[in-house]
Amino acid sequence: MDDLQTRTETAVAAACAAATHDALETLRVDALGKQGWVSQLMKTLGKMTPEERQEKAPRIQAARAAIANAIEARKAALDAADLERKLATETLDLTLPAPQLPTGSVHPVSQVMDELAEIFADLGFAVKTGPEIEDDWHNFTALNMPESHPARAMHDTFYFPDSDAEGRRMLLRTHTSPVQIRTMVQEGAPLRIIAPGRVYRSDSDATHTPMFHQIEGLVIDKGIHLGHLKWTLETFLKAFFEREDIVLRLRPSYFPFTEPSVEVDVGFELVDGKRVLGGSGDEPGHAWMELLGSGMVNRRVIEFAGLDPDEWQGFAWGLGVDRLAMLKYGMDDLRAFFDGDRRWIDHYGFSPFDQPTLSAGVGAKA
Amino acid sequence: MKFSLEWLKHFLDTDASVAQIAAALNAVGHEVEGIEDPAERLEGFRIAKVLTAEKHPDADKLQVLSVDTGEGDPLQVVCGAPNARAGMKGVLGLPGAVVPANGMELRKSAIRGVESNGMMCSVRELELGDEHDGIIELPDDAPVGKTFAEYHDASPVFDVAITPNRPDCMGVMGIARDLAAAGLGTFKPAEVPAIDGEGACPVEIRTDDPAACPAFYGRVITGVTNGSSPDWMQRRLIAAGQRPISALVDCTNYLMLACGRPAHVYDLARLSGAVVARRARNGETVEALNEKTYALDDTMTVIADDQGVHDIAGIMGGQHSGASDTTTDVLLEIAYFDPERIGVTGRKLGLASDARTRFERGVDPAFLDDGLALLTDLIVQTCGGTPSAISRAGTPPGEPKHISFDPALTARLGGIEIAEGEQEKILTALDFAVDTTQSPWLVTAPLRRHDIEGPADLVEEIVRIHGLDKVESVALDRADGVARPTASPDQIVERKLRRAAAAYGLNEAVTWSFLPPADAEHFAEEGQELWVLENPISEDMKAMRPSMIPSLLSAAKRNADRGAAGSRLFEIGRRYFRNADGSSNEKPTLGVVMAGEKAQRSWASGKSAGFDAFDAKAAAEALLAEAGAPVDKLMVMGEAGAQFHPGQSATLRLGPKNVLARFGALHPNTLKAFDIDGPVVAVELFLDAIPVKKGGGSFARASYAPPALQSVMRDFAFLVPADLPAGDLLRAVKGADKASIVEARIFDVFAGQGVPDGKTSVAVEVTLQPGEKSFKDDELKAISEKIVASATKLGAELRG
Repeated sequence: MDDLQTRTETAVAAACAAATHDALETLRVDALGKQGWVSQLMKTLGKMTPEERQEKAPRIQAARAAIANAIEARKAALDAADLERKLATETLDLTLPAPQLPTGSVHPVSQVMDELAEIFADLGFAVKTGPEIEDDWHNFTALNMPESHPARAMHDTFYFPDSDAEGRRMLLRTHTSPVQIRTMVQEGAPLRIIAPGRVYRSDSDATHTPMFHQIEGLVIDKGIHLGHLKWTLETFLKAFFEREDIVLRLRPSYFPFTEPSVEVDVGFELVDGKRVLGGSGDEPGHAWMELLGSGMVNRRVIEFAGLDPDEWQGFAWGLGVDRLAMLKYGMDDLRAFFDGDRRWIDHYGFSPFDQPTLSAGVGAKA
Repeated sequence: MKFSLEWLKHFLDTDASVAQIAAALNAVGHEVEGIEDPAERLEGFRIAKVLTAEKHPDADKLQVLSVDTGEGDPLQVVCGAPNARAGMKGVLGLPGAVVPANGMELRKSAIRGVESNGMMCSVRELELGDEHDGIIELPDDAPVGKTFAEYHDASPVFDVAITPNRPDCMGVMGIARDLAAAGLGTFKPAEVPAIDGEGACPVEIRTDDPAACPAFYGRVITGVTNGSSPDWMQRRLIAAGQRPISALVDCTNYLMLACGRPAHVYDLARLSGAVVARRARNGETVEALNEKTYALDDTMTVIADDQGVHDIAGIMGGQHSGASDTTTDVLLEIAYFDPERIGVTGRKLGLASDARTRFERGVDPAFLDDGLALLTDLIVQTCGGTPSAISRAGTPPGEPKHISFDPALTARLGGIEIAEGEQEKILTALDFAVDTTQSPWLVTAPLRRHDIEGPADLVEEIVRIHGLDKVESVALDRADGVARPTASPDQIVERKLRRAAAAYGLNEAVTWSFLPPADAEHFAEEGQELWVLENPISEDMKAMRPSMIPSLLSAAKRNADRGAAGSRLFEIGRRYFRNADGSSNEKPTLGVVMAGEKAQRSWASGKSAGFDAFDAKAAAEALLAEAGAPVDKLMVMGEAGAQFHPGQSATLRLGPKNVLARFGALHPNTLKAFDIDGPVVAVELFLDAIPVKKGGGSFARASYAPPALQSVMRDFAFLVPADLPAGDLLRAVKGADKASIVEARIFDVFAGQGVPDGKTSVAVEVTLQPGEKSFKDDELKAISEKIVASATKLGAELRG
């Protein structure tokens, strides 16, 4: 072992042991700086004979490389240690809560209306609307309820003191049925429409609110009969509740605007105190509940709407949207629908991304 | 309508069970709302004989009875009834039985120290009548030990909803006819006795208002005794929910409930002169049987004599001439009234009665004589007396409706094939006359069926009796291929906006369309005449809303009162205005109210934050963009309305007149009026003002490729007059070189130290986009100069 080797090994060892960047730098200047001993040795090469140079140059260069590598390695190690120390001071308590973004929601009534629109679009029904402040001709007379008709009194109508230019008494529509008339007058036949919207009746208790939502359905075409009505309601309810075992019971009833008139019951079972639709109401543990009113459109109504009742016939139904929402999504107090209580909204509201689609199913699971 | 099974069987020969009858009632269109079995209510009550009755040792008014119940040892029962005595038979309630009148469960107990093993019951306790003077006394032949329900012939009671088109079923007989047609048994119509009467009717009967009262028949019965009606009648009336009153009144009620035929009985002693159906005179009054006095007018028909009005025709009799205990001679009235006129009078007077319900819907015009004979018979049987002959004034409508009917219509409309023979059989069973020799058939409806107008009604009759449950589902035709879109452009915008608002963090509410008038007035537009209900359900639900904000504001307040830190509510609904022709002009609108804390206190800042007008602006712009409005072309202008903070609110307009939205902080006066703590910010988007997007038919976007060259940023700091809207400066900067400037953004606004009074320092970052070639220095310099020049026109100067 000669002197060069000893010095080199000493320098490498010192580099590996350097505790700070400063110590390492001193070491580098001492060995590899302009005046450093390795640099001095390099300078001696110029004065050597070629034979001597050939022998010594590799050794000197190797020494320089060994020291430089050792310094570089140590520097990296010191850098890593520094970074680690720095990061250690930056630790966050990630059990603390993150900033909260507000969560928006869609009201169950809107959600259900979107679901209905989606289902009925597949059956070829367009969505129509009409005014909520109606005249008594559209709300009653054209629906075969003349002034003296007892059914008018049964509607608990909200009236305005005003009349329109034709002397028609203004009122809040008691059902969505006037949209039938307006659509038939405007568009003629054939027709397949649904008309969802707000309706009003002067009634208020646990199950009635003075404002609620209905959806009207109307099909006017040739050769339409009660069998089509039954199929349409069955098909829609199966799609809406996503159950194949929906069973309907048709009962004769009376509405001035339909003839024959049919009340539709649906079978349900009580499960944990809640009504779950499905199965026949006559099965053990099941019962029937009244769901909607419907029938074949009265020929007088078709006449009032300006169509020929000998050419066109069809069916219509009206159904409570709020009630559908309650049956599907399990709310039990109608009044809470219209209160705007954040807690209720947070619980029963829907994500904006629960957009009803046929491919994903129109309902949003809890 | 309620009726007992036993009464139904009077008109229907059937072995059907209660469940079968209920199912048939539902099936033919008479919805069963309830079935009550009094035998269940009377469980635990049985016939007992009092063996001994002794005075209670510690109570003057009580007796201690020993009672034979028909089995085992006699029971000891304490009783307070004065008529309790040894040897009598009565009704004993055993421990466990529940007293129908008060729901109390009987127990073995000690009364003043003496053991009592049940209760001897009064008529009222068992809800068999009003009497409560003593316990029930049964005849000597009542079998001891028999259940009282069985002895009393307690019969199940059906509660059935009769639809308004079927007044013929507002009597048990009509229901029986329907059930018989449905195959439930044999119909037994009321047996009408032949009563000729003795001598002419001594009272002149007349109708002076034949339009409203086309027929008025009367008869006098002399020598009646008005006591209690017989048990069998009382039982049926009580089952029907009709309290027995007196024999004469009960007989008329019985006729009405049995046959759907209202009638009236006058005390002849209270009448003088001719009894006439006539128009009332304006200002005439009558005290009706409900002890209320009604003021009449000349649109109303009454029954009157020389002295005055005795009856509001077809609605309610008068107190003065009603039957009383002392009545001995009566005049019976059976009349036919025009349904429409009865309805008008009834609504005008706000007076509902069983008679009105039937007359208003139409009674059987062919049942006047029969009804009068049945009523006469009932009265003579129960009250005695001698009837006179009938006096008839006018004639009821008698022209039956003939309908040409093609039996194939049943399948075309009802969707169900029913053999012609079956159709004929059903119609005949419902009392229609069917002439099948003609084609189409000629069907004649019975006069009582006012609801039958045309062939569709006959289809309904046939289908409902045949069974609606036999209608099979038939699919509607379906267009080929995938279903086509059906939503209108408005609907698409509304649906998108709703979900955009929710995704933005707003919660959808659905609130009342009507407001307290003060709230509505506060938000009414200048000169707007509100829609105000004439008959609101309450003062708080009276005026239709002119704005979406007030009801959302009230909801936000309720939330705050319930402890919510903040509310971000939105609603898509209508604001209600008027068209010139008096019709309704309903404007679709999205309202947003943000109240309370925008951000709650947090560990990071320690502070909560409230909403400000810029939160409202951000929401307005974000939602307008979703609705397809050209947000970058909108102008921010004033006049958001007096409900808003005058310095912290604005409108967003497309052109100077078309207001698409208003937003901002609400005025302190608004907050005060709604009693809510501020700041509260609000937005309204006027959906009908948003222009429909152009190029609606195309899916392809305008072609675009991102520029290859990098954009260049330059910052400018201007000193501007303090009252210069920043938006104006920004527009000037952007407009300085439209080809190169793609974006300009204010990143600093400062006034105060270092900025001269009356000035503000505004710093703008401008993004320049080179086209084919990179900008050269002199080009950049030229653009900068244009920007500065453009700003200078607004009074801005570049800061050094």
